[in-house]
Amino acid sequence: MTKEVSLEHVWVEFGEFTAVHKANLNIAGGEFFSFLGPSGCGKTTLLRCISGFQEPTRGKVKIGGLDMRGVGPNKRPTALIFQNLALFPLRSIADNIAFPLEVRGVGKKARRKRADELLELIALPGQGDKKVSELSGGQKQRVAIARALAVEPDILLLDEPLSALDLKLRQHMRTELRAIQKQVGLTFIYITHDQGEALTMSDRIAVMNKGKIEQIGDGKAIYDHPTTSFVASFVGENNVLDGTVLSNDGKVMQIDAGLGTPFTVENHPAGGPALAPGDACHLFVRPEALRLSKQDSAINQFETNFVTEEFEGNMRHIVLNTNGKDIKLSLINDGTNAIDGTAPVKLNFAPELGIALKPGELASA
Amino acid sequence: MRDLFYDLVRRNGMAVSIYLMLAVSIWVFVLIILPQLTMLDYSFRFNLPPAKIGGPEDVYTLDQYRYFFQGSGASDGINTLDIGILFKTLLAAVFVTIFDLIICYPVAFVLAKSSSGAKARLLVLALIVPYWINEILRAFAFRILFGATGVINETGMGLGLWDTPIDFIRQDVALYAGLAYAYILLMIFPLYNAIESLDRNQIEAARDMGANWWQVHAKVVIPYAKPGIASGMTMVFMLTSGALAAPQILGGPSNLWFTQLVYQWFNSGGNWPRGSAYAMVLLIVCIALVLLVMRLFKVSIGEIKQ
Repeated sequence: MTKEVSLEHVWVEFGEFTAVHKANLNIAGGEFFSFLGPSGCGKTTLLRCISGFQEPTRGKVKIGGLDMRGVGPNKRPTALIFQNLALFPLRSIADNIAFPLEVRGVGKKARRKRADELLELIALPGQGDKKVSELSGGQKQRVAIARALAVEPDILLLDEPLSALDLKLRQHMRTELRAIQKQVGLTFIYITHDQGEALTMSDRIAVMNKGKIEQIGDGKAIYDHPTTSFVASFVGENNVLDGTVLSNDGKVMQIDAGLGTPFTVENHPAGGPALAPGDACHLFVRPEALRLSKQDSAINQFETNFVTEEFEGNMRHIVLNTNGKDIKLSLINDGTNAIDGTAPVKLNFAPELGIALKPGELASA
Repeated sequence: MRDLFYDLVRRNGMAVSIYLMLAVSIWVFVLIILPQLTMLDYSFRFNLPPAKIGGPEDVYTLDQYRYFFQGSGASDGINTLDIGILFKTLLAAVFVTIFDLIICYPVAFVLAKSSSGAKARLLVLALIVPYWINEILRAFAFRILFGATGVINETGMGLGLWDTPIDFIRQDVALYAGLAYAYILLMIFPLYNAIESLDRNQIEAARDMGANWWQVHAKVVIPYAKPGIASGMTMVFMLTSGALAAPQILGGPSNLWFTQLVYQWFNSGGNWPRGSAYAMVLLIVCIALVLLVMRLFKVSIGEIKQ
C-alpha cells in the first residue's frame, strides 16, 4: 500500500511570482522524505501540489505512476496533516477520526470500530467520546494522525505539524512520528523549516530556497557535504569566510581567507562543483569542527579574540572575533577548555572539515 | 449588575461607564420595555371614549383577546378570518426566511471564503448600496417591476414566453419577492460573520479526507455556521412577519398580512386596545415559534451572540 511520488519539472507560478521552480524528484514508496526550507521557499506550495489543492502551472505530479492532473484532493490517495491540525471542534474524537469513513458512506458501527482501532494505535484507547478541546497538544497531534490514517492512504503529507508544540513534546513527537511511519510503512512527506526535525526523522531531505530545490540527500550528506552556500548556511550553524582559491590539485585546495597562512581544504566527491585556482569562494567551517589549538604548529590555524559566551548547559557557544569577523565555536561542556577571555585564542580545523563552495546566497540568520 | 458596572469602570473609566449604562438603560427601558408594557396594558382594556378613561368602566378585561379568537359573533364561534390571516402570515414569513437562507448562504460563503480583501469589500458595498434607498421606494420599485406593464411582463412577452401579462401582484409573487429582498442583508451578514471565522483548513481537511463539496457544507460549514444561520433566520423571520410597508404596497387586494390588521385596528378602526392585543398575539406567537425551532435544531440563545 505504498506508492511512489514523482515530480516532473513542476513549476508553480502565481502571476509574476514563481513559487516553485522546476522541481524534479522521486520519492520512493515507504520513504520518509522531508522538504526543508525557510518560510516562503515554496515547500508548502509543493505539498499542496501533491495533495491536489494546487495544480502545477507546468510539469507533472505522479502518484504511483499516474498523472494526477485534474484529480481533486478528495480523489487522491494522500492524506494531509495540517499545521494547525484542523480537527473539527464540534465533533467528538471518534467522529473526527471516522470523518473520512463517514463521507465514504461507511456505516456507524463500522466507523466506530475503526475509530477505536486507531485510538488504540495512537495510545488513546477509550477516549473516543471526548471533545477535541479536552485533549492536550500532543494528543490532538496523534488524533490528527489517526484521522489521516483512517482510510489507509498511500501517502501521508505533513505540513509542519509539530511547530505548535513546546520543545519537549516536539522532540518526543519526532520519535513517535518516526515510529508510526515504521509501523504503518507509508510514504511520509514532511514539510518543515526546522532542520532538527528534518535531520532526525527523514530518510532523505530536499533543501529548498526561493522555489528551487538546492540539494537532495540524506541528513548526513546535507549536513556534512552541502553543495551550495545556501544549504551550508541554512542547515545547522556555520562560520563563513570569504576566500580565494590559490590552487586545487583535485585532492586538496589551498584557500586564502585573509587570515595569515592559507588554509588547506579537502575536496569531497559528494561536495559542490569543483573550484579552480583564482575562483572566489565561501569557506565554511562548522562551530563544532573548530578546536582550540594545543600547540602552535597545527594545520589551518588562525588567531582570534574572545567576544562573548552563550552557555547552553551541555554545550558552550563561544563567539570570537578575527579580522572584524565573528567566529562561532561550540565546545562540549566537559569542564576543560577554559577560555579566560584576555589572551588571544588560537583555533584550527581539520582539512576534511572545511567546505569550500562557489559564493552564493546565504541563509539569513 | 454591580459587578458588571465595576468591570465597566475598571476598563473604560467612570465617565464612559456612566454614559454607557445610561444610554443602554434609556434604550432598553424607555424605548423598548416601556412602550411594550403600555401596549400590554392597553390590550387588557376596553376601547372607551376619552371621557370614560379612568372612570368606573375602565377595568381590565380579556375582551380584546377573546375577539381575536372568537370574533364578534356567538361566544362559541371561532374567528377563522383573523386566525387564518395570522397563520398565512407566519407561513409566508417562514417561506420567505427559508428562501432568503437558500439564496444568501452561497453568497455569504463566497464572500467569506473565496474573495480576498478588496474584492470582498466591493461586493459588500454592492450589497449595501440598494439599502440607501428608502424601504417604501424599494417596494414601489418592485411594484413597477412586477406590474402588468412592468419590466418583467414586458420582457417575458417580448421574448414570447407568455402572451398576456401575468398578475404578479395578485399571485403574491411581488409580495414574496419584495419581502425576501427587504431583509436579505440581515441574513447575509450573520452568515458571513459565522462562515468567515471558520478556519479555511477545516474545509481543506474535509476535502482532503474525501468529502465532496456537498459533504463539506453539510458536515463542516453548516454545523459551524449554525448560530449565524439561527441568528439570520430569527431576524428575517421576525422582521418579515412584522413587515408593513411591503404588504401594503405589494400585497394583492384579497390578501391581508397580519400587521395590516393591527394597523387597521389602530388607524381606521380607532380601536387601540384591540390593535395592542393583536400586536401582542403576533409578538408572542413569533417568539414561541422561534424558540420552538431553536429547540428543535438544538441552538441555544447564548450561541446567537454574534
